[in-house]
Amino acid sequence: AAGMFLRLLSDIQWRAAHPKWRRMTSSQRSTSTTAEPHPVALPAQAQVVICGGGVMGTSVAYHLSKMGWKDVVLLEQGRLAAGTTRFCAGIVSTARPVSIELKMAHYSNKLYQQLEQETGVQTGYMKTGSISLAQTQDRLISLKRIASSLNVMGIPCEIISPKKVLQLHPLINIHDLVGAMYVPEDALVSSANVSLALATAASQNGVQIHERTSVSHVTIQKGRVTGVETDRGRIQCEYFVNCAGQWAYELGHSGEEPVHIPLHACEHFYLLTHPLQEPLSSSLPTIVDPDGRIYIRNWQGGILSGGFEKNPKPLFTEGRNQLEIQNLQEDWDHFAPLLSGLLRRMPGLESLQIKQLVNCPESFTPDMRCIMGESPTARGYFVLAGMNSAGISYGGGAGKYLAEWIVNGYPSENVWPLDLKRFGTLQSSRTFLRHRVMEVMPLMYDLKVPRWDFQTGRQLRTSPLYDRLDAQGARWMEKHGFERVKYFVPPGNDLLDLDHSKTFYKPDWFDIVGSEVKCCKEAVCVIDMSSFTKFEISSTGDQALESLQYLFSNDLDVPVGHVVHTGMLNEKGGYENDCSIARLSKRSFFMISPTDQQVHCWAWLKNRLPDDSNLVLEDVTWKYTALNLIGPRAVDVLSELSYAPMTAEHFPSLFCKEMSVGYANGIRVMSITHTGEPGFVLYIPIEYALHVYNEVMNMGQKYGIRNAGYYALRSLRIEKFFAFWGQDLDAFTTPMECGREFQVKLDKGVEFLGQEALLEQKQNGVYKRFTMFILEDHDTDLDLWPWWGEPIFRNGRYVGKTTSSAYSYTLERHVCLGFVHHFDEKTGEKLVVTTDFINQGEYEIDIAGQRFQAKAKLYPFSSLFTQRRRKDEVELSGYQRE
Amino acid sequence: FYLTPPQVNSILKANEYSFKVPEFDGKNVSSVLGFDSNQLPANAPIEDRRSAATCLQTRGMLLGVFDGHAGCACAQAVSERLFYYIAVSLLPHETLLEIENAVESGRALLPILQWHKHPNDYFSKEASKLYFNSLRTYWQELIDLNSGETTDVREALINAFKRLDNDISLEAQVGDPNSFLNYLVLRVAFSGATACVAHVDGIDLHIANTGDSRAMLGVQEEDGSWSAVNLSYDHNAQNEREVERVKMEHPKSEEKSLVKQDRLLGLLMPFRAFGDVKFKWSIELQKRVVESGPDQLNDNEYAKFIPPNYLTPPYLTAEPEVIHHKLRPQDKFLVLATDGLWETMHRQDVARIVGEYLTGVHHQQPIAVGGYKVTLGQMHGLLTERRAKISSVFEDQNAATHLIRHAVGNNEFGTVDHERLSKMLSLPEELARMYRDDITIIVVQFNSRVIGAY
Repeated sequence: AAGMFLRLLSDIQWRAAHPKWRRMTSSQRSTSTTAEPHPVALPAQAQVVICGGGVMGTSVAYHLSKMGWKDVVLLEQGRLAAGTTRFCAGIVSTARPVSIELKMAHYSNKLYQQLEQETGVQTGYMKTGSISLAQTQDRLISLKRIASSLNVMGIPCEIISPKKVLQLHPLINIHDLVGAMYVPEDALVSSANVSLALATAASQNGVQIHERTSVSHVTIQKGRVTGVETDRGRIQCEYFVNCAGQWAYELGHSGEEPVHIPLHACEHFYLLTHPLQEPLSSSLPTIVDPDGRIYIRNWQGGILSGGFEKNPKPLFTEGRNQLEIQNLQEDWDHFAPLLSGLLRRMPGLESLQIKQLVNCPESFTPDMRCIMGESPTARGYFVLAGMNSAGISYGGGAGKYLAEWIVNGYPSENVWPLDLKRFGTLQSSRTFLRHRVMEVMPLMYDLKVPRWDFQTGRQLRTSPLYDRLDAQGARWMEKHGFERVKYFVPPGNDLLDLDHSKTFYKPDWFDIVGSEVKCCKEAVCVIDMSSFTKFEISSTGDQALESLQYLFSNDLDVPVGHVVHTGMLNEKGGYENDCSIARLSKRSFFMISPTDQQVHCWAWLKNRLPDDSNLVLEDVTWKYTALNLIGPRAVDVLSELSYAPMTAEHFPSLFCKEMSVGYANGIRVMSITHTGEPGFVLYIPIEYALHVYNEVMNMGQKYGIRNAGYYALRSLRIEKFFAFWGQDLDAFTTPMECGREFQVKLDKGVEFLGQEALLEQKQNGVYKRFTMFILEDHDTDLDLWPWWGEPIFRNGRYVGKTTSSAYSYTLERHVCLGFVHHFDEKTGEKLVVTTDFINQGEYEIDIAGQRFQAKAKLYPFSSLFTQRRRKDEVELSGYQRE
Repeated sequence: FYLTPPQVNSILKANEYSFKVPEFDGKNVSSVLGFDSNQLPANAPIEDRRSAATCLQTRGMLLGVFDGHAGCACAQAVSERLFYYIAVSLLPHETLLEIENAVESGRALLPILQWHKHPNDYFSKEASKLYFNSLRTYWQELIDLNSGETTDVREALINAFKRLDNDISLEAQVGDPNSFLNYLVLRVAFSGATACVAHVDGIDLHIANTGDSRAMLGVQEEDGSWSAVNLSYDHNAQNEREVERVKMEHPKSEEKSLVKQDRLLGLLMPFRAFGDVKFKWSIELQKRVVESGPDQLNDNEYAKFIPPNYLTPPYLTAEPEVIHHKLRPQDKFLVLATDGLWETMHRQDVARIVGEYLTGVHHQQPIAVGGYKVTLGQMHGLLTERRAKISSVFEDQNAATHLIRHAVGNNEFGTVDHERLSKMLSLPEELARMYRDDITIIVVQFNSRVIGAY
């Protein structure tokens, strides 16, 4: 049966092969080799070895060869395009909520369109367009948000009425629709043939392709890839690319040093039918009905329809030998709800005859975004996998970015949201993955409102105060496995349950967070910020200082006890990390970075610090609990608890000192709060955490202390125009572009990474500028709230997107942060952005298609800073992370 | 007043019990896969009892349901004691000797039964010594009687039933110095209980029945459909043979008064039962025992009341009717249930519901389109039907619970109606007995693979 629908799905002449992982015994190997002897021997060495002949592997090979890298070998265990790629529904859809994914899909579409002409291989490319249906107003809002970002990228897209849907697709029942989004340039392809076309082109460019060759493991020496072992011998190589799809996790774990690639397969079903009596036109648009959990495309005069059910069936949890792909069975009972959805959407299909129910496993990742990039532990080990069932849409773009990454050392776009290093070993538990993908798969079509959180795989990393805070009404969100408080629900205050608080409008916690913010401004609040990544760097001599001076843009040669905010920049001056570093002694430094920097920053430093046993880098994240005391009375609480004067004369801003708090000694107290408000962060060895927390809360009572969460922190930092890494700042943003020149010491007398690029920017000006927007005619109670990713218009022309937003309880207005570009009106070329350019424009922010007037500011409101300090100190604290 | 589905489930499942015969070396070599049992009270407290045990000194498994009347004392005693009497009756002479020697010399006793009990199924601690002594007397007699013949199961069952009833009667006549026990044995004797017991050993299935509980075999026909085979006869007025038997045992002059309003002497529904000494003892004996008995008994109007036309006792016996059946591969399960079930459901429906439940849970055939011509609409209809069926099945992990759900909740179309179920289960205690009787069910599932290999 497997063979039959393989042939159904593609017109290729190649003999349908079983997409079977063949990491086999010698006897099995001999049967396969006798059946079809390998004509070409494997090379002994190559620059790049790619494992996996699906659309990802062939796309990487294609782009590498296009960029001039010819010494590339692609290995496929079975036949090319025989895995998920062959079974894939072949829908190229650009309607993606994440900007980088949208860009990848857009590029893929353009690539596939010309592929047939380029290679002569028929790809079945057909521009049909796609229609995403909305059964509810909230769904329509989410579609409008996507439409806004498609439009500003120049991708045609419109919100249409149900009647228009009927004109475009006569079979659709529109009675329960409130609207739809039409993307006319979306396409259909035969994904197997796209893959073969890419392989053909790559092969013509010199890439060697070997089928029926399986990689057993990758050899790694001294943290670098040295080669791969296959069932047909060893190949030495500099670079290895794991494009093994749903087997990528296992392949990553097959070597001595595991590479953690957190993905997990789920069964995915779609239905094929015989042609209609009057066969459907091959140009009929694809229908996506997320509220009905289904997609429907035309297929050989009939339809192909699948979906993302509420109760997915994860598989291969215990590994690949558990079950062979071709033995996967049709499960009609499981498909029943989707079939109901299909017949509800297209009642006229009742009499259409079934051809096949295809069971095609897809791999899913813990955060619904694909995985690409280099392993944090093995240099030269690259990964491209975990496509969350959008492999064909991403294939072209993802292959391009990964090829750039290998060739240039970095891709041409910010791919941090997809970077393998956003994960660590903690996301690699099979149990975690199994549970999480069961949540992720239905989420593909679930409505995603601002600030939604994953519900599975929670309570993995927690602060020692977790139970205490939970008992006081804490509501939690998760970052990198760490539970963090959003806000505290006061006793007797019943919030709506989770389902009902999902909204694009004013959320139900509005007043709760408001009172936490007020307390931060007027008294003192405590926020548990233990999730931050904490490193210690120390040396016997000056090695620590020297290395850090090179790796960080600010001057770290400061007196002991000082805290420095600084970027960790790449060669282009972009932020790889944004952190605060305290000089604990002449030769040791304490570094605080955002939570999700734990893997990335570690790898970045490890790869660049000299190999010197006298220079020690240690991850001490787990050793300290961090309590942030924010507010004007923080100083009173702390001085009473420590019998030490904490006023500005004795404990100036940006200062760090070990002291006692209550009975506990050795608490690292820093006079920063990450909000611009006065206060301190206490880094407490975890065994003292409960004691110090209790002391702080008891002593704080008379000063009106209360618990607060990250939503309050976020509101505070955004109204003060503090950017944070991972949201506002990325590897493509320099300090010059976000008003952080003061954190760069071009003249510190030591050469540092990114210095050249920054010097050039200083001379030539910047091409984008981080700007703060105050929404003017926005009604907080009635209008849609901004989130992030909203297009910014200047004098009616698109200039950039927001990166974060929050309601400012002080300004009583919404504040959006984002980047403004200056596109040439005719050519679209990026021009230098000057202060005048920013100041002389009329701005609007587009929230789901509705534009709101906004006032642009390049500097924060000085009146917001309650405690006057030296001017440069205020600016120095212009730093935030989340 | 309305019960939510979870509330309904918690009521229905409160007494459910399942037992799976342990596998040996990855295989179940027994002809029994296991059993599900459950009971739903209507009386407060419930007067039904159930028992299940594996014979350890001989082969085979014993299962039984007991429907008490005029209180639960007799049913309780029978549920505790009957299987010991049966097991002892089945024991070979050597084993009996061994046991007797062990008791004599104070050594540890060979275990005779392994019970499979729900936590709510209790044994009375106080009476255990008394019961044990009676049982010991029985096996001592069996040793003395040593016939040297191999034990016939039919005979063993009949002997055990009769002996236990006799012991119940004797214990009440003799009394006990302990006032609590004295009252207990009197309550046991003056109340009554029917019993329907199955003994399964390999392919040999024996049903011993006394009274109006019923044993029914579920048979799967070649076309997959389900049919019911009765393995017991009700001993009540609806059974002509039984009416004949009673009439034969008494003078013709009593013919008119023997069965009135379908009841024995116009009083008792079952025509055979344990206990019920009011239908067994002479009037003199009854009077003597009641008068010398404790005050509680003396004050009890029922105990003092003598049935009308009580001329030639005994009118009642505990002797069972035994049916032997050789199990075949198509015999998939056995249902033992008290009359509470059979009053509400036809045996044919019972066979179908249990049959579909057992196969539905264990072998839901996946649908494959294959080469057939199937339209989307047809498939949709088929799947919807399957889902409706599964959803009612999936609520229960226990065939007996599933059967009770149907018995109580079935509407006129034969499907479970939640509203009806909710109403029936939320009836106040004093009303419940008007609408339904106590229901006790044991569903034994057979191992066709093993049975087929015999």
